[in-house]
This record gives sequence, structure tokens and C-alpha cells, in this order.
Amino acid sequence: MTDTHVAPPKHAAAAPPPDEPKNTALARAALLLLRGRTLVVLVILVIIFSSISSEYLTQSNLILMTKHVAINAILAIGVTFVILTGGIDLSVGSIAGLASMVAGGLLFKGLNFPGGTVFFSVAVVILIGIVVGALVGAVNGVLITRFKVAPFIATLGMLYVARGAAQLHSDGGTYPDLAGTEARGNTGFGFIGVDSILGIPVAVWIMVVVAAAAVVVTTKTPFGKRIFAVGGNERAAVLSGIRVNRIKIAVYVISGACAALAGLLLTSELGAAYPDTATTYELNAIAAAVLGGTALSGGRGTIIGTVMGAFVIGFLSDGLVLVGVSTFWQSVVKGAVIVFAVITEQAQQRLQSNLAKRTA
Amino acid sequence: MSEPRGPRHDAMSEAAQPRNDALTEAAAQPRNDALTEAAAQPRNDALTEAAAQPRNGGLSEATQPRNVAMSEAAEPRNGAMSEILEARNISKNYGGVRALKDVTFTAYRGKVNVLVGENGAGKSTLMKILSGSEQPTSGEILLEGEPVQLGSPRHAQARGIGIIHQELSLFPNMTIAENLFAGRELRKGGRFVDAAAQRRQAREVLHRLGQHRLDPDTLVGDLPIGQQQLVEIGRVLLTDVRVLIMDEPTSALSNHEVDVLFGVMDELRRDDVTVIYISHKLDEFRRIGDWVTVFRDGSLVAHESMSRTDTGWIVRQMVGRDPDSLYVRNSSPVGDVLLDVRGLTVDGTVKVDDVSLTVRAGEVVGIYGLMGAGRTELVETLMGMREASAGEVFIRAKTEPKGTVQARMAAGLALVPEDRQRDGLVPTMSVRENILLATLARMTRGGLLNGGAEQRTAKDKVGELAIKIPGLGALVTALSGGNQQKVVLARALLTDPVVLLLDEPTRGIDVGAKSQIASLMADLAAQGFGVLFISSELAEVMAMADRVLVMARGRVTAEFTAENVTEEALVAASASDSVLEASA
Repeated sequence: MTDTHVAPPKHAAAAPPPDEPKNTALARAALLLLRGRTLVVLVILVIIFSSISSEYLTQSNLILMTKHVAINAILAIGVTFVILTGGIDLSVGSIAGLASMVAGGLLFKGLNFPGGTVFFSVAVVILIGIVVGALVGAVNGVLITRFKVAPFIATLGMLYVARGAAQLHSDGGTYPDLAGTEARGNTGFGFIGVDSILGIPVAVWIMVVVAAAAVVVTTKTPFGKRIFAVGGNERAAVLSGIRVNRIKIAVYVISGACAALAGLLLTSELGAAYPDTATTYELNAIAAAVLGGTALSGGRGTIIGTVMGAFVIGFLSDGLVLVGVSTFWQSVVKGAVIVFAVITEQAQQRLQSNLAKRTA
Repeated sequence: MSEPRGPRHDAMSEAAQPRNDALTEAAAQPRNDALTEAAAQPRNDALTEAAAQPRNGGLSEATQPRNVAMSEAAEPRNGAMSEILEARNISKNYGGVRALKDVTFTAYRGKVNVLVGENGAGKSTLMKILSGSEQPTSGEILLEGEPVQLGSPRHAQARGIGIIHQELSLFPNMTIAENLFAGRELRKGGRFVDAAAQRRQAREVLHRLGQHRLDPDTLVGDLPIGQQQLVEIGRVLLTDVRVLIMDEPTSALSNHEVDVLFGVMDELRRDDVTVIYISHKLDEFRRIGDWVTVFRDGSLVAHESMSRTDTGWIVRQMVGRDPDSLYVRNSSPVGDVLLDVRGLTVDGTVKVDDVSLTVRAGEVVGIYGLMGAGRTELVETLMGMREASAGEVFIRAKTEPKGTVQARMAAGLALVPEDRQRDGLVPTMSVRENILLATLARMTRGGLLNGGAEQRTAKDKVGELAIKIPGLGALVTALSGGNQQKVVLARALLTDPVVLLLDEPTRGIDVGAKSQIASLMADLAAQGFGVLFISSELAEVMAMADRVLVMARGRVTAEFTAENVTEEALVAASASDSVLEASA
């Protein structure tokens, strides 16, 4: 403890002046490498797996893997908003499951009114699913801001509640057929999860649109800057007149909506809605955000980084499957990569602050 | 409020007597020269008795040789005096800030060695070094003449150096007895905690601290803050302590508790324990101290036997340089009342009690007081960060009842907080982002941020306030303290306030930057802003404020104009006993 405290000034003082530019240049190069580490890891993964299996780098496999990535990426983008404010959202997997069941129920059996059963078009069903996710997110946000429940606890509770609600929706059963009928005017749910445009799955296009929107919101709007401010220093944000509670509720709403969208994509892909949809997906989503350089303490991170993180996780798991590594080893590798990512993140922060001190 | 003046003057002239005697005894030629110069401190009424001389600019240089001469002269006179702890040539840097500059400090065995100095003068830093929780950048520490390495608080404890911090380090969820023995529990059979023995010893310690009615099984969290402080002291008494450092231990104590503490200190002194005692309360430490050491701006400026000092001398050493040379006085004419606070009351551990004040356009109003006097709580409540339980706030003659940060900001208040790391800056953001944080909504075009407008606005403010930065995109943490402070000020100014609330605006920044912030404040007043600032520095508050309010225990205990304010009056009002008793 004390050693690490003393070390930096000593080094700074001991470094002979002529060496400093060279050291600085070296440090800058290392920093660049660390900043782009998610990309570096991704490239290394592709090189390793394609050298083991000739199938890995084929167009069809790349498209398939990207489609797998899309769902986790959308979840992770939502979670990134939350983590940027210094919070956490453990409920996204369950929200995805709930949205899946709500949409599945509407498509499969419609909405029962005393006067009869109403069926909605696919677009309306999707909208309702997303609104349900956003509302659950809003409940998270209100619990955290108005009732001062720690984000971990509030969303852990919601993890159970939303999953339970999903199971209650069908009494634990599956809605097996979501194709709809012409007569009910609710066909075409497969479009978002199965179909392709220009040879690229619709799910991937949706991911691109969500990511682009998220990039604009986080970097180009006052709301985005305020998210970073709340996560970077909440007290300073309060003093700057930022309505911190509103920002917090908003990020949980965004996270819930993204989770619901991901759940709908998954459901469409499977062609059936079952209550266990997306169980434990929240962990993959958080892992993607962390891998992409989002600091769990808040205030630091990028949407692009999170998407890259989702790619690393997706390409890694699919690669391990493809080369025939057992699922047990897959877990071990995935866990190790996540922890390693956090270690390099800290190395980057240290280097960055050292460089800042040197140039100041 | 002028009541304390009479008795104090008497005390001063008495105290001045022995000092003069000592001088003639020692009769060192250079010292006498230095003294007449040193005594030439301006704006001190009491001083004119000692030496009615015109103001002299070379004061701070002059004090140095004199003190050296004095302490040398003192040595033979007090033959039994021996040094137990010596810090030699200690320097400590925090980033670019030099908290301690080549300080050589000596603590005498079995004496109460008092350390005084304004906030940020370096006392607490030196004590952290002596107690092992900080390492000096350079210099060495000698314990009984032997060089020692105090790598951690544990090392220091092992060598008999104990510290009682200003902030309590107790476990509120544990009992008094458990707290007293935390980390060094008494054992039974080598393995189990001997709760009965702990309770017995705890009772003895409490008795020694005059708290015989206190049950050792009481949860510490349930005790009033003063008794918690005593428990903290009890913790150290249980160890085999040779040197006991106390960092403002009386700030939370009632008068009776202070008496008890001084009794304990007397007892320790008889047991040959060395006490190093940091305090702001001049009347208090003069009762108990043997030696007094004064810190100013990270340097040790004076070291003297208490009997040869008086209150005026100590204050002069603390304040040091001619304040008028450092600070710019605002001389703009005052206009309408911009801020009118009536009967503001805030509940809490540090409370604000029925505070009323006004700030006019073009006026600089200072609030002086000790830590915990409720000053920060007052301005935070004005800014809407805390909820008031009573009182009204009028801004530009209009009441502002909502009391949210947004409403107060819209009405024309802006706060530059005391702790800019904790409340002011977003460390993960750039200089530009930090400057624009409060006014982002104005920087948009079609809902998106307009990079050009952002850049221009930030650049203008950086130029206007002369903020030195490596670039607008640089992380704000890369700046020096003074420039960081200006970033927070720039953000506040961008919200178009009419009254600026500045909480310790010059805390933790170097002298040059202080002077710049001071002239900025004068400029702002001249532009028609109302400025309300908090300061713990006598020189600063006296030199810069058109009016000074003094707060103690949540209340305004005195108000002075620039013409009738004196250091002694401020110090007396800030430790006002009348308020102290009223709250007890």
C-alpha cells in the first residue's frame, strides 16, 4: 500500500531528463495499444481461430457469429448507459424474457377482452414489448432514486420479479407458434430475427441502428454529457444544476427498452416464446461493457467499446465451439478474459494519469 | 459583540511583559533588530503598545532569524528540556502542490507542544508524516536522536507514536469497549476475546476521562460527538504511548469536556508523555501548551516557549505577510440588495441556526469561522443542496421558495464549492466539458451539441479568467489547484449569476493563485455581482471583505465592517462561548 503511494513521485523525480521524451513516447505507444485493446484482442482471436479451423473465417460463419453478437450487443449498449452513471442493471436478462412472453402471448393468443379477443399487428406488438421493458426500467429507476435502493439490490430484485412475471404470464408454458395468421393480421414476426436485408440479418441492422443512435446520444447531446457527469462526480453534477434523478431514471428506461428489444429479436429468431428466454444474459451484457472499457465506477466508457466487447465475447464463444473446446473450458476462458480486461483497464488508467502528470 | 475586546486587551498587555523580559535577558543583538521590524505588523491595535512603528514590508524575512535566535537562547535556560521527536528538513509534495517546505520541527519530552496555523498551512500534513500515514518527499525523522522510518501507522504505533485524528475513526456499530480494543483485542486462552477484561479496562479508561457514568457496552454510534471524541482519546491512552498527537481534538467538545481533556493531558505530561497538540482555539491552547510552533504556507515560521508569547504575537505569526500586498480590496460602490436571507435554519450534525444576512450588488461579504461552524452548510442550503427547516431566501427582492439547485441557479445564485475534488470537478471529463457542464442546454443546435459554440464559449472563459491549460480537451485533473478552481468558477459564471457563493475559494492553492482569485473576486464585485465568500484565513477575509460575518456553532456571532475588524475580534467571535453554551 504505502509502497505504491511513494513510487510514482520517486520515479518521476529519479527519471533523468534526457530519457523522458523516449519514455513518454514509449508510454504513449503502450497507451494507444491499451486503448485499442478490445480491437487487438478481437483481431488476435480471429487469427487464432481461423488458423485452427478453415470454417471460422467464412462469410456464412461471420454473418452467423455477428447475428449472435447482435443480441448481446443491444443488451450491453443499454447496460452501458446505466454503468456510465455509476449504476448497474442486473435485470436486463429477465426484462428480455418478460418482453418475450408479453409479445409471444399477444401474437399467440391475443389480448382477451370481455367482448372478445384482439390481435395486434407485429409492429404494435414489438412496440408494446419495448414499452413494457421501458416501464420495468422506469420502476428500477424510481426504486433507485426515490427510494434510495442501491442499484445492485433494486435490479437484483427486479431480476427475480420480472422473471417470475414472465413465468406467470404463461403459467410456465411456452408460446410455441408466433407465425400469426393472415386473418388476424399479425404475420411477419420472423422478419426481425430471421430475415436478411442485402445478405445481412435484420438483427444486425437493428444493432447498427441502435449503436449509432447510442453513439449520437452519448457524445452529441447534453443528455449524454450529463450521463457522464453523473457517473464521474454526482455531487458536482448536482451542483451544476443537473437533475441527477431524472438522468438516472432515464438510463434505466433505456436499458429496459434495449433489453426488451433484444428479447424480441431472440424470440423472433427462435420462433417461440418461453419464460426462460435470455436467462443469465445480464452477465454477458455487463461483461461486454466492461471488456469494452466501461468503468464500473461510472463516468468512463464508450458505446463503440461496448459493441467491440460484445464482438469479442461472441467471436470467442463461437470460436471455442467451432474448434470443439468443451463448454466447461469455454466458461473458464470467458471468465479469464473478462478479469484480464479489467486488469488492463487499470493499467491504462495508471499510464494515462502518469502521462497527464508528466505533460502538465 | 464588542464585549470581549476589553478583557482581551488586558490579557495582552500582561502577556507582553514577560516576552520583553526574556528579550532583555537573552539580549542578542540581531534579534532585537528583528523584533522591532517584526513588531511593525500593520492593522493590529494591540501591537501599537509593543512598538508603534510604521508598516514594514520585509516582515516575513525578518521573523526567521529572530526565531532561530530565540530558540537557541532558550536552550540553556530550560536545562531539563530534551528533544524526543525531531522532523528534519521535511518536504512534502502532492502533485504540484508543496504542502511542506523544508520544515524542521522539534517536540520536547513531557511537554505539550502546540501547533498552530491556518487551514492548509501544513500542520496536519506534518502530523500525518510523524504518525506514519504519509511519507515525506524528502527529509528525515529522529526519535530520541535515532533516525527512524515510519512506513505506516502501525510502525509509528510500535514506536510509541499515537495520533487522534480530527475526523473520528471509530466503529459506530460497535460498543465503547469493542472500539477501545479494536485490532488488539484482549485474549482468553489465546483464541477468544476476553470481553469481561476489556469491559473492566474500558471502565477504568472512561473513569480516567471523567466519564464514570458511561456504560462500556454502549454503542459508539449512540454517543454524542464529544463523547465519541473522548473514546477516540481513550483508545490511545490504552496503548503504551510516548508521543501523542492530537489534531484539533476539542472542535467537538463542550467546555466541560475540554476541561476533562486538559486534565488528562496534564496527567500525561506528568507521566513524561509528549503531547503534540494542533488547535485553532488560541484561548484554549494557551492554557495547556508549553511550546508553540506556528506554520504558514507550508513552512515553520516560529517556534517559541508559550510563556514568551501572547495572543497577538501568535496571530501575527500565523497571518504573516502584509495582507494588503497579496489581496486586492474591492472598492466599488454598493448597490441594491441582491441576496437577502432571513432566519435560515438547517438541522443536522452541523447545523445552521437562524442565520440572516444580506449581500448587495458590488459588495464582497466574507464569512469567517472555524471548521464545523456551519458555513459550508449555509451556502449549500442557499444553493439548494440541503433542505432548510425554516427561513426565507430572497434573490433580487423576489422570494425563492422551491429551494432546488435548478431554481436557485435560475434565480441567480452560483456556488463554487469548498472541496473542488469532491463537489466541483468531474475528474473523468475534460476542461471544456467541466466548464460547460452547467450550461450544456445552451450549446445545442437542433438538439445536438454544437462543437463550435462549445469550443468558443469555453475558450472565451479560459481567456477571461486567465486559466492555464495544456488544451481544452485535456483532463481537468491535469491542472494545478488554482487553475482547477478557476474552471469551477468559470462554470459558475456561465450560469449568469447575480450573487456568487464562494466556499474557501483559495483553499489548497498556492500564494500566486490566491492573489489571482482575490483580484478576480474584486473584479466581479466591480462588475456588479454580489460576492459572498467563506474563508478560514484571517488575512484573506480581512483584506478582501467589505463586511465580515463570523459564524460559530451555526450562528452568526459577529459582524464587522472592513474598518472596524481586527484579528483578535474575529478569533474571539469564532470561538464565542456565548453561543457554545447556548447550544449545550
